[in-house]
Amino acid sequence: MKRNLPLFFAFFCGILVIVSEFIPHRPFSMMIQTLQDWFMIISGFAILLGQISLFQSNLAKIQQRESGWMYYLAGLISFIIMLLVGIFWGTQETGGLFGHGANIQAAMGSKPFDYLFDYAYQPLSATMFSLLAFFIASAAYRAFIIRSFESNLLMITAIIVILGRTSLGGMLTSWLPESLKFWHLPNLSDFIMEYPNSAAQRAIMISAALGIIGSSLRIILGIERSYLGSDK
Amino acid sequence: MKAICLTILIGFLFVLPLMAATDFYIQDVPWDEGKALNLLWDTDADSVLIQKADSAGVWQPIFLGNSTPSSYTDRDLVPNKTYRYRFTSIPMAVDSSFVTAEARPLEQWFYLHKLSYLLILLIISIAIVFYIQTARRGKDYFIRRISGLDSMEEAVGRATEKGKPILFVPGIGDLDDIQTIASLTILSHLAQKSAEYDTELIVPCRFSMVLSAAREVVREAYLKVGKPDAYKEDRIFYLTDDQFGYVAGIDGIMVREQPAANFFLGSFYAESLILAETGYNTGAIQTSGTAQASQLPFFVVSCDYTLIGEELFAASAYLSRDPQQLGSLKGHDFGKVLVIILIILGVITEMIGWHWFKIFFEGVQS
Repeated sequence: MKRNLPLFFAFFCGILVIVSEFIPHRPFSMMIQTLQDWFMIISGFAILLGQISLFQSNLAKIQQRESGWMYYLAGLISFIIMLLVGIFWGTQETGGLFGHGANIQAAMGSKPFDYLFDYAYQPLSATMFSLLAFFIASAAYRAFIIRSFESNLLMITAIIVILGRTSLGGMLTSWLPESLKFWHLPNLSDFIMEYPNSAAQRAIMISAALGIIGSSLRIILGIERSYLGSDK
Repeated sequence: MKAICLTILIGFLFVLPLMAATDFYIQDVPWDEGKALNLLWDTDADSVLIQKADSAGVWQPIFLGNSTPSSYTDRDLVPNKTYRYRFTSIPMAVDSSFVTAEARPLEQWFYLHKLSYLLILLIISIAIVFYIQTARRGKDYFIRRISGLDSMEEAVGRATEKGKPILFVPGIGDLDDIQTIASLTILSHLAQKSAEYDTELIVPCRFSMVLSAAREVVREAYLKVGKPDAYKEDRIFYLTDDQFGYVAGIDGIMVREQPAANFFLGSFYAESLILAETGYNTGAIQTSGTAQASQLPFFVVSCDYTLIGEELFAASAYLSRDPQQLGSLKGHDFGKVLVIILIILGVITEMIGWHWFKIFFEGVQS
């Protein structure tokens, strides 16, 4: 029963969603949205599970004084502070237990939760994202080291695309006559991105779509069960 | 005589707009969910104005513009409700120059523009089921090697030798993402291996739903190999819903715990390179896989093995060696052949000038 019931639901919901995709008439036209709404409701309840897991795992590491326990402590303190200011004074238009905290808002310029979100959370998130620039540089360096014919091709293509996307690339080949317009670096760069690059990406997307069909079919038919915890 | 001329002139000025608005009619958009109406007109005027009666019966303008193209689609309507419209050409002279019409959008029972999708889906599904059935009857299919999956044993072995944990990242998608499901099926196999070798497995999750599913999958895997006591629930944990907070958390784990093997399998976006490069710098053996075409180059550069698109979905079948599942992979190959044939036919028919083929497969709603 524990195994068969989820399998039945997977089959039933899977077929229902496929059928709904092709039938515009009610109730089928509303099925996908309804199921998505149900998913959101279940997710909402599951958030509590995540918070408990976060709290427990951090607390255990702090108690056991694991290496870097102070980071877990910082995480836990941040979690509690955000939770409390959210409960006490709410966020944006929504009030909290103590209303909107007009005095605090006057002093800080915004609600404590929004203040922390704008001036602590957002900069930290942006910092993490900005690391990408440095990682791209190091990854690109490794990728462009000439080791084989393929890496050679990759490097040449990358140089064309990089130059073609900058004003320098345009300047370098601006002297080319109209008859050789194709070899103008920005045009060459556009050609590479529009044709070979798009073709390769679409090939990957088509094969992924086929994989999704196969994978979904295996799950709907109950052949693929390991996502439930066991394949038997 | 003057009076007669004046009367004719005034009459002409009144009649002119009516002559311009020769025809106005409404059609229900065919084969849809009953939320749109096509308003069509035939007029010599340059500009037209269309108004719709609201619930109080007050006319509200919905279109004011060029008379060509001579149609306008009113969308986001309520199915089976009657709507009233009135039309006039610009400049209008008197209120009587309006032409009024009403119509009701109707729900249909089939999206005709999706017929091509349905046909392709049916053909591929039938092929997959056919190959599964033949595999059930004992036919042995050849499946090419996927080195990223073959390396799983190597990665677990290396982690065991070094006494370091294995890090498994199921992507940043929620459980409604098929890539996350595919990732969890691989996690099941990996958890069995790690249980067999007594190697610690760390699974940080971005969503609570994924956390519950991952815990269940790993618990069952440990049970399956007869080592339920070795299962540590606290090693499969929730980090944060925030994309870059999640990345920061995983980077911290990689730097502090120095896993010997990293698996990044699932749905990844901008964080893919941050994860993979941090893992590369820690010296871990890395296996990645995603169906996000734009993230694959980052993984290819920074990881030892990469599952490209379809390979991620084929992983479970490949690892299980279950003949039925392997048979379904043959169905994927059939789909590829079908797509290749359709692309070639599409090119040929476009060159000949038979555009109906492309239009049919484009699936654009009329």
